[in-house]
Amino acid sequence: MIEFENVAKHYPDGTVAVADFSARLPAHTTTVLVGSSGCGKTTLLRMVNRMVDPTSGRVLIDGEDVAAQDPVKLRRRIGYVMQHAGLLPHRKVIDNIATVPMLNGVSRADAHSRALDLMDLVGLDPKLAKRYPSQLSGGQQQRVGVARGLASDPNILLMDEPFGAVDPLVRRDLQQELLRVQSELGKTIVFVTHDIDEALLLGDQIIILAQGGEVAQRGTGTEILTTPADAFVSQFLGIDHGGRALHPQSSSTGATILVDGYGRAAGILSGALPGHTTGTQP
Amino acid sequence: MNYFADALAWIVDPAHLHGSNGILARSAEHLWYTLLAVALACLVAIPAGWYVGHTGRGRGFAVGLSGAVRAVPTLGLITLFGILLGIGLTGPMLAFVVLAIPSILAGAYAGVEAIDPAVLDAARASGMTEWQVLRQVEIPLGLPLTVAGVRSAALQVVATATLAAYVGAGGLGRYLFLGLKTQDYAQMLAGSLLVVALALISEAVFSTVQRFTTPAGLRTL
Repeated sequence: MIEFENVAKHYPDGTVAVADFSARLPAHTTTVLVGSSGCGKTTLLRMVNRMVDPTSGRVLIDGEDVAAQDPVKLRRRIGYVMQHAGLLPHRKVIDNIATVPMLNGVSRADAHSRALDLMDLVGLDPKLAKRYPSQLSGGQQQRVGVARGLASDPNILLMDEPFGAVDPLVRRDLQQELLRVQSELGKTIVFVTHDIDEALLLGDQIIILAQGGEVAQRGTGTEILTTPADAFVSQFLGIDHGGRALHPQSSSTGATILVDGYGRAAGILSGALPGHTTGTQP
Repeated sequence: MNYFADALAWIVDPAHLHGSNGILARSAEHLWYTLLAVALACLVAIPAGWYVGHTGRGRGFAVGLSGAVRAVPTLGLITLFGILLGIGLTGPMLAFVVLAIPSILAGAYAGVEAIDPAVLDAARASGMTEWQVLRQVEIPLGLPLTVAGVRSAALQVVATATLAAYVGAGGLGRYLFLGLKTQDYAQMLAGSLLVVALALISEAVFSTVQRFTTPAGLRTL
């Protein structure tokens, strides 16, 4: 479990990245920090592995204050996946994945065989093991990034907009892959994104942040969608513009389509409407 | 008359090949001075450049120093060191080291500084110590530019090492000063051509080294 206790981050120039943030992130679940840029979500994420130290307040992992731990040792037992993968360009894919185990003193042979297992887990062809990052597509690089984050079998995985730089189709693939991997491994994941749809898909718990790390709302996706706390959350979810309010409508082909507040066809109804008998059978 | 043909004839004349003032001995001297000066400069400038690149500390100082030292006239420096230290190799060698330092320092520091900050951030976030970041990431990725700095320093020193002869320390400059005194222009031009040849060899060697020090993942595909 990860706990934030009244953490704040002030920079010497007077910028307040996080004013006062507290949260409890249960073990073996995915917590998504979502908000626009400048809301402090990345700063909060980086406090967990001490890439950023809070100006005040504490971050606890399983009850232990991270500030009391050696940052290098701490980082080696926490997986980290970042937006542009951040792979070492001069090392082959397999060596990139094996980086952390080898820092931890695992032999090269063992680290490599573990790396091949991980490539399999994240859906990478083992033939890519000997390639360099520049020879991979953006989506493949991101998979390598996830594999590297998992390489030392950490309990905690920090993901900082990991799928932000790939195209929508690949992103959808990677998201599904993450859900699958998480259902197998049950890591404590902290996931940062500005994409509310991604948050709703991946988060067991979602924390919507306003500027300065102020919590606008926290809860499950369903809770947030059905009872948005205020106008800011509604706007962030797209409820106020009608982007989430779907109305059934019969189409000319006989199927029931769902139309959002903009009049855009958002999907097809599969299954019956409550209290109706029309619609496509499941 | 054709100085160029005369100079070539001077070079291929077997009588000029051997002996203490022969082409072989003078070229070897010249090469040795260059290697020694560049090696000494590397010992100082490469660690300093990596330090500046890694920590970002002393950046303004390094840039300013490089610029200022480049403006120092080497001939003046050799004269000054000659007066202070006497005739011999020490004076010109010090001047050549001073000449070589700015390029090497700039190359080493620029190589480290040019690395994508996201790569360094990821290396630290994976749990590398500062020392491991330097050794496993910054040095290998910065090596091509570091070598480029050494390459341009070597070129400058090869060309300038002719001035060693100004204080009686030999090298290919000997032919220039001797030719000037005796109005033997063929000999002077021959000396210059030999320096040019050494410069070209140095370039060829370093361009190969540069290719080999470029990490495989960064070579153009």
